[in-house]
Amino acid sequence: MQGDREKGLEARDVGFRYGKNGSWILKGVNLTVRPGERVGLTGPSGCGKSTLAKILAGYESPLEGEVLYDGSPLPEKGYCPVQMIYQNPEQAVNPRWKMEGILCEGWTPDAELLRDMGIEREWLKRWPAELSGGELQRFLIARVLGPETKFLICDEISTMLDVITQAQVWETLLRAADRQRLGMLVVTHSTALAKRVCTRIVSLQEINQS
Amino acid sequence: MIYIGLAGIYLLGIFFLGIFMPESAYEVNYAEKLIPPCADHLFGTDFMGRDMLMRSVKGLSVSMVIALLAAGVSSVLALAFGVAAAVFGGKLDAIVNWCVDLFMGIPHLVLLILISFMLGRGAKGVTAAVALTHWPELTRVVRSEVLSVRSSQYVRAAYKMGKSHLRVAWEHVIPHVLPVYLVGVILLFPHAIMHEASITFLGFGLPAEKPAVGVILSESMKYIAMGKWWLMLFPGLMLLLAVMLFDVIGENLKKLWNPDSGNE
Repeated sequence: MQGDREKGLEARDVGFRYGKNGSWILKGVNLTVRPGERVGLTGPSGCGKSTLAKILAGYESPLEGEVLYDGSPLPEKGYCPVQMIYQNPEQAVNPRWKMEGILCEGWTPDAELLRDMGIEREWLKRWPAELSGGELQRFLIARVLGPETKFLICDEISTMLDVITQAQVWETLLRAADRQRLGMLVVTHSTALAKRVCTRIVSLQEINQS
Repeated sequence: MIYIGLAGIYLLGIFFLGIFMPESAYEVNYAEKLIPPCADHLFGTDFMGRDMLMRSVKGLSVSMVIALLAAGVSSVLALAFGVAAAVFGGKLDAIVNWCVDLFMGIPHLVLLILISFMLGRGAKGVTAAVALTHWPELTRVVRSEVLSVRSSQYVRAAYKMGKSHLRVAWEHVIPHVLPVYLVGVILLFPHAIMHEASITFLGFGLPAEKPAVGVILSESMKYIAMGKWWLMLFPGLMLLLAVMLFDVIGENLKKLWNPDSGNE
């Protein structure tokens, strides 16, 4: 297991603020997610959970410190091994594409996964505007479960789902995560959910020195 | 769709009728001076006995040719400036925005007259003036559309899924910006036609011997007190109709191409 110490997605001394004169949102944050591990990130709203999630997924670059994937910076080209699922699925789909194109943008999911995710065949021919937020979110999850994905950043992904769908989606997501030994960072304000799905829970306030 | 088709047929009809119209159709004929509208001359004739229907069609067609040139030049300028400002940002963005503000800050008609006057009036002056002053609004639209689609989550996600810049541009950005841009270009036409007619009306545009709508309208002003109402009414209505039809086409295409209301 010696080699495993290098493996993982790591935020090292990360500091971040918006604008040049804003106050520091994150400062000296250290967090490591190992393969197969599911880390819950909790904290009150506005404390920087989503910002940290974006930084770990490579959507924002940290102003201080660095993000390392298996010991080196995230690749800038090609399929990124760290993928993110968002809070608002409507914004993460191109309204001019049919669901089929959206689903298969990164890879082509098999029929089994679609059935597990509760995605119905006829939805593939629809436009995003014709599906509900919960239905869209299932597409967005299936979209990033490709074989090249190693880490998943989930930013409040089930907030807009009803309880039954929430349970279904998480069950499928966890099964896929186990099968592919995905490392996951689960951002949520619900401690109950975090306890249920995560192997470890981190409170951002405790690791943030800002 | 039907509206677009009908409007398109009407406008194209006038355009080609005007272009291929022999000069004899609106020849001077002093024997038939100032005839009110009748079966032979639907729109009547003017003080030189020229048929007003033919002159109006020819005049609108001339206006459309100028508008076509203007829209062509303006839209290319707008596309280049808008995309460059959005993609490169920083200083270039500031310069483009400054130019847009400068052009939009000066009253449009004043700017048109200035440019047309500087270039020695005539067809060349009007065309250049109309072509060089219609890009700022469209530049703004193109810039903001490119900016918004580039920062959208689905484009950023596409990069993360390994798409190259070229593929993202082809699959996401162009399909988003193109419809807005094309609608913008079509909506440029009525502006360009109106502005051409306006400065010609004011005497800074096309020369008096050309059968342009602006010329017809300014001539008719002299006769309106004499009760020759048809000289102004019909050409004016035709100009209005053409402008409104371009607007109808643009607005309907906008609805059709908007994913929220259209979705094919």
